[in-house]
Amino acid sequence: MKKMFVMFLALILAMSCVGAFADEEPITITVAHIGPTSPGPAADASQYGQATLHGAEIAVEEINAAGGKYRIELIHEDDQHDTEKVVNAYNTALDNGAQIILGTTTSKPCEVAADLGYEERVFFLTPSASAPAVIEGRDNIFQICFDDYSQGRVSAEYIAEHKLGTKIAVIYNNSDVYSTGIRDSFIAEAANRGLEIVAESTFTTTVDFSVQVSEAQNAGADVVFLPMYYDAAAPILITADSKDYHPIFFGVDGMDGILTVEGFDTSLAEGVMLLTPFVATSEDEKVVSFVQKYEAAYGTTPIQFAADAYDGIYTIIAAAEEAGITADMDTEEVCEAMIAAMQKITVEGLTGTMTWDETGAVGKEPMAAVIENGVYVFND
Amino acid sequence: MTRAKRNRLIYNIVTYAVVIAAFVILQSMIANKSISRTLKGQLVPICSWVIMAISLNLVIGFSGELSLGHAGFMSVGAYTGAIVSGYLLTARGVETEWLRLAVAIAAGGVAAGIAGVLIGIPVLRLRGDYLAIVTLAFGEIIRNLVNVIYVGVDGARMRFSFLNNDLPEGVTMLVDGAKGAVGIKRISTFTAGFVLVMITLVVVLNLVNSRAGRAIKATRDNRIAAESMGVPVTKYKMMAFVTAAVLAGMAGALYGLNSSTIVPAQFTFNQSINVLVFVVLGGLGNVLGSVISATLLTILPEVLRAFADYRMLAYAIVLILVMIFTNNPIVRSWADRIVAPAKRLLRGKRKAEGGDA
Amino acid sequence: MIFLNNLISGIGLGSIYAIIALGYTMVYGIAKMLNFAHGDVIMVGAYIAFCSLQYWGLPPVVAILLAMVVCTVMGVLIEGLAYRPLRQAASLAVLITAIGMSYLLQNLALLIWGANTKSFPRTFLNSSTIPLLGGRLSIPSATLFTIVANVVIMIALTLFTSRTKMGKAMRCVSEDRGAAELMGINVNRTISLTFAIGSGLAAIAGVLLCSSYPNLTPTTGSMPGIKAFTAAVFGGIGSIPGAMVGGVLLGVIEIFGKAYISTELGDAIVFAVLIIVLLLKPTGLLGKPMREKV
Repeated sequence: MKKMFVMFLALILAMSCVGAFADEEPITITVAHIGPTSPGPAADASQYGQATLHGAEIAVEEINAAGGKYRIELIHEDDQHDTEKVVNAYNTALDNGAQIILGTTTSKPCEVAADLGYEERVFFLTPSASAPAVIEGRDNIFQICFDDYSQGRVSAEYIAEHKLGTKIAVIYNNSDVYSTGIRDSFIAEAANRGLEIVAESTFTTTVDFSVQVSEAQNAGADVVFLPMYYDAAAPILITADSKDYHPIFFGVDGMDGILTVEGFDTSLAEGVMLLTPFVATSEDEKVVSFVQKYEAAYGTTPIQFAADAYDGIYTIIAAAEEAGITADMDTEEVCEAMIAAMQKITVEGLTGTMTWDETGAVGKEPMAAVIENGVYVFND
Repeated sequence: MTRAKRNRLIYNIVTYAVVIAAFVILQSMIANKSISRTLKGQLVPICSWVIMAISLNLVIGFSGELSLGHAGFMSVGAYTGAIVSGYLLTARGVETEWLRLAVAIAAGGVAAGIAGVLIGIPVLRLRGDYLAIVTLAFGEIIRNLVNVIYVGVDGARMRFSFLNNDLPEGVTMLVDGAKGAVGIKRISTFTAGFVLVMITLVVVLNLVNSRAGRAIKATRDNRIAAESMGVPVTKYKMMAFVTAAVLAGMAGALYGLNSSTIVPAQFTFNQSINVLVFVVLGGLGNVLGSVISATLLTILPEVLRAFADYRMLAYAIVLILVMIFTNNPIVRSWADRIVAPAKRLLRGKRKAEGGDA
Repeated sequence: MIFLNNLISGIGLGSIYAIIALGYTMVYGIAKMLNFAHGDVIMVGAYIAFCSLQYWGLPPVVAILLAMVVCTVMGVLIEGLAYRPLRQAASLAVLITAIGMSYLLQNLALLIWGANTKSFPRTFLNSSTIPLLGGRLSIPSATLFTIVANVVIMIALTLFTSRTKMGKAMRCVSEDRGAAELMGINVNRTISLTFAIGSGLAAIAGVLLCSSYPNLTPTTGSMPGIKAFTAAVFGGIGSIPGAMVGGVLLGVIEIFGKAYISTELGDAIVFAVLIIVLLLKPTGLLGKPMREKV
């Protein structure tokens, strides 16, 4: 595996050298980013859509400045996290000449758009739509992020193996696909591992979390599993603190970002554990450079969504090189060539080393981190 | 034939003609491929929203009751449609798409109609803003319940589960709680949407011009007077409310079967408000107005894509300006003076509506 | 003990609804319109306070005052530019304009402050919890402040409308706009004043909302706004004590429904209770019975 990877890198290097010396006309690929950048009728997911858009923009800038074989023209269409609007966004993107779709950011709209793309043979690479239903039965879509089921399973495994606790409470958003998906697989795996679920409660659009936190506290849970995004987790941590309840909070990749919420007292996140592939405070050279550029351009620290989209753009480039995409290919030819190429490449991204199989799911390892003194610490 | 009657006839003919003409033009555009992908993809949703707007207009414009839960009926229809279509395909092996679509739409209408009766009985006792808030509440309750429903097909049997998914492994899920209705085969077509819009027009225009329709409008204009004339007020209000619910359910089924998945969160209070905007902008009691405003306002955000980040801001500003321009007396009289000849034409039409109000 | 803790949470949530409902009910009582943008004015107030605290390092009291000033000015502007031209129009037209205004404020906030969730910082309002009964019960300080603010505002409003000249003018306008105009009351100015007060209250509500529930996004105001609107109707719209009672009850029902029945169906339970109450008492708990002249 490793050998193959080294060979592959060498190949890429050789190819890019050839490209540079041959001084060919660069090939421009039009990539459409689709994601919510404004609130829609169903919900407001614009922060995630903006993060993926911005992450992609950084990568595109780098690629176009580096002057390789390919240039990317990035267009963006807003889907408002809505299953009707996403159809319009997708169609407008194709009307505007998109060849490849980077998106969509959120799971439900992605299911709809990818299904249209499956029939019309359009290649999708989603940075962050993690529901298994997104890739199920469709060969035209690949994920950068882990799927929800594996996250739930790995979380339960980790808690059991490291004996973090035996009484587990789960709080999740029962109107959200991401949250319920992870919760389902977590519960299933917890049963196999002999973890006892002592409390389970849900929320939807509520602002008040006192009932949910009290339930966990009264049941004496020593681990509280929070399969949700950081913006919902922040008030839960605050509520728990106000009730003087300090179990181990265990989050998943959506928890990344909790330290960057403006105004949030990060001392409340001390001891929070999470599975995440991306850490903005990492000392990895690539991550540092990405975070610096992102902060300079957009004034905020990138969350995992941004990193996923950044990796997405590089993955598109890697697959395009592998597939030998040329300027005169139509979306259908691009799609077939990319599908074949995706299963051969290995990409070293900000979120880890990624490979793909024919299902479209990514193979990469989540890392468990614990927040200590305001930064992530990894303890394998 | 009285003048009012003739005007009404002209208005109805114009309404049908506009819809048919739009259909013919769009079909020929599709045939010679001169239509943009975006617009083509929007045709079925537009039909659904048009039906939603007409049916809500029946409640608000003709019956005079402010309903804020119309999207609830749409979701009942959409879910029923998805379940029925999925059941027919997986358990009964019905491959014919139009047959499945027709049955699903009919089932969606029936289910929403039943919901309409159940909700109408308590709700129509209330009036004004109280009625509005209770319809809003019902819309939210429906959404909340749909969130915890699980439906699957096991061989030829349909299986239900509530609150917790305890359906056995290996069941083909049709509705999976918060994950929504999943794995829907997209079978809605523009032609089906057009037929449904025409059915809606026939139903609504005939209803409002019938004896029952006159009773409904009399109730709206003066409930006490109507009641003292012996008009059974509640019965006619119920008739309008349930008809609207059935139509909304059919629109929901059409809408749901146009997408590979639907989620409860789509049919929120905000969607009810959107439909309300269509109705008010098109004019209360003006069916053609509802058709046009629903169409334009569905397309408008897509046209505004050129504004990028400022798109929804622009939509909001357009909405406010249109309301001010169409409702402010000073602006109106100023506009009237400029378009005096056009106004003369309009006046005939307005009288036609006012004639029997 | 669990029961009492839940009760405290319920009252805490309910008093937030109540303070928002006060704004709804005042504007409704006098201008006879549902100001759908009220929830979004709250959001703007919260953002202004957030910026004052987080970026400009102002003391909390100054932050609240600044938020009140901005919201008051904004409220008067909104009324003057968008609602006043429609004074004679059908109430539905005004309702749609208010909805448009709500979209406008949300999208402006999105452009100005971005989509990322912000967490309202800790101030004296929400920095502590007060233990009772030897620590078995605890009351968050934000809840106490909200309840106190509610009572003070309710008393102040009641006194204002019953004792002062402007307040009496408001009641006149609410009773019969035409007659009030004939009596020499400047209706437009009175309604502007109502919006000014309502929006000032919205700023306070925004700060208190975010002190208890710190997540701040451009749509923060909408769901509490709808619930508070429900609360206002529940208590009898147009009635100031009704808003208070309706808000607190709604909060308690919501928490109890979630705690003792099901968290999945929390919202459904709230709305079901609302429907039952309205069926039994069609004008809300403290609403005036509607009389119709034939």
